[in-house]
Amino acid sequence: MEIGLGHYLTVSAIVFTLGVLGIFLNRKNVIIILMSIEMMLLAVNLNLVAFSTHLHDLVGQIFAMIILTVAAAEAAIGLAILVVYFRNRGSIRVEDINMMKG
Amino acid sequence: MIIQGIAFYVFAALLVASGVMVISARNPVHSVLYLILAFFQAAGLCLLMGAEFVAMILVIVYVGAVAVLFLFVVMMLDINFRELRQGAMEVLPLGALIGLILLAELAAVLGGWIVAPGVDKLAAAPTPAIDAVSNTEALGRLMYTQYVYLFQACGIVLLIAMIGAIVLTLRHRAGVRKQNVGAQIARHRDDVVVIRKVTTGEGV
Repeated sequence: MEIGLGHYLTVSAIVFTLGVLGIFLNRKNVIIILMSIEMMLLAVNLNLVAFSTHLHDLVGQIFAMIILTVAAAEAAIGLAILVVYFRNRGSIRVEDINMMKG
Repeated sequence: MIIQGIAFYVFAALLVASGVMVISARNPVHSVLYLILAFFQAAGLCLLMGAEFVAMILVIVYVGAVAVLFLFVVMMLDINFRELRQGAMEVLPLGALIGLILLAELAAVLGGWIVAPGVDKLAAAPTPAIDAVSNTEALGRLMYTQYVYLFQACGIVLLIAMIGAIVLTLRHRAGVRKQNVGAQIARHRDDVVVIRKVTTGEGV
């Protein structure tokens, strides 16, 4: 029962799929959608780290950290937009977000 | 080896279970807490793979910053979450179908993965032996030399995100009395103090 690359890739594939499913299930709630995106980024990170350690190449871990940076920036900006939107409209329903339609 | 297997299955099962709870919990606060649990399990998996630094960064950045930010926003906004969950069951079949297709495709691509022999020689930055250089030190040596521009670009991304978040959420409310340092410093004694000679018995 050797734990190899395939095991880690399977786990990250399942987590990525859960992230996609979360966007479908909670399509009215922006906060859960943002959390699902975070989970998908986490799955990608796991993939990168798995390949990096399996192939003995450190660059994958560097890229994992860069994805982490982008994920943090994305969460900060996304939640800031959410707070401003809630302040203006009093609701965060995804269906109501259609002001740019004109 | 057995302990590694047990640890992997514990971490993986808890990661998947908490991922399911993140997307299915009724209360968003519970979702965030399960997300924190999922991040911890992912950090455990990274630790198991031998990427200690990424595991620690995962805990610090995700649990310490991102999840707390989510928790803060969920608790700050006054939202009727019950209403937001309505209609979730209608899209469940479609979502499950797309999820299954995606999972099958990922399994088809990743399940038959065969690493070509001799691919270790092609590594862009071969991992040094762990008894010679620790994981953190090896990553630092790589990141501050070969990938220093990428590192600084990350800094710029974070700076812009910070400025953007502040600009978006900052608001100037009318009727709030604030300290105006410039006006305070520019104030001169002659402008505001007047000496009067008060006549006795009459007042000012």
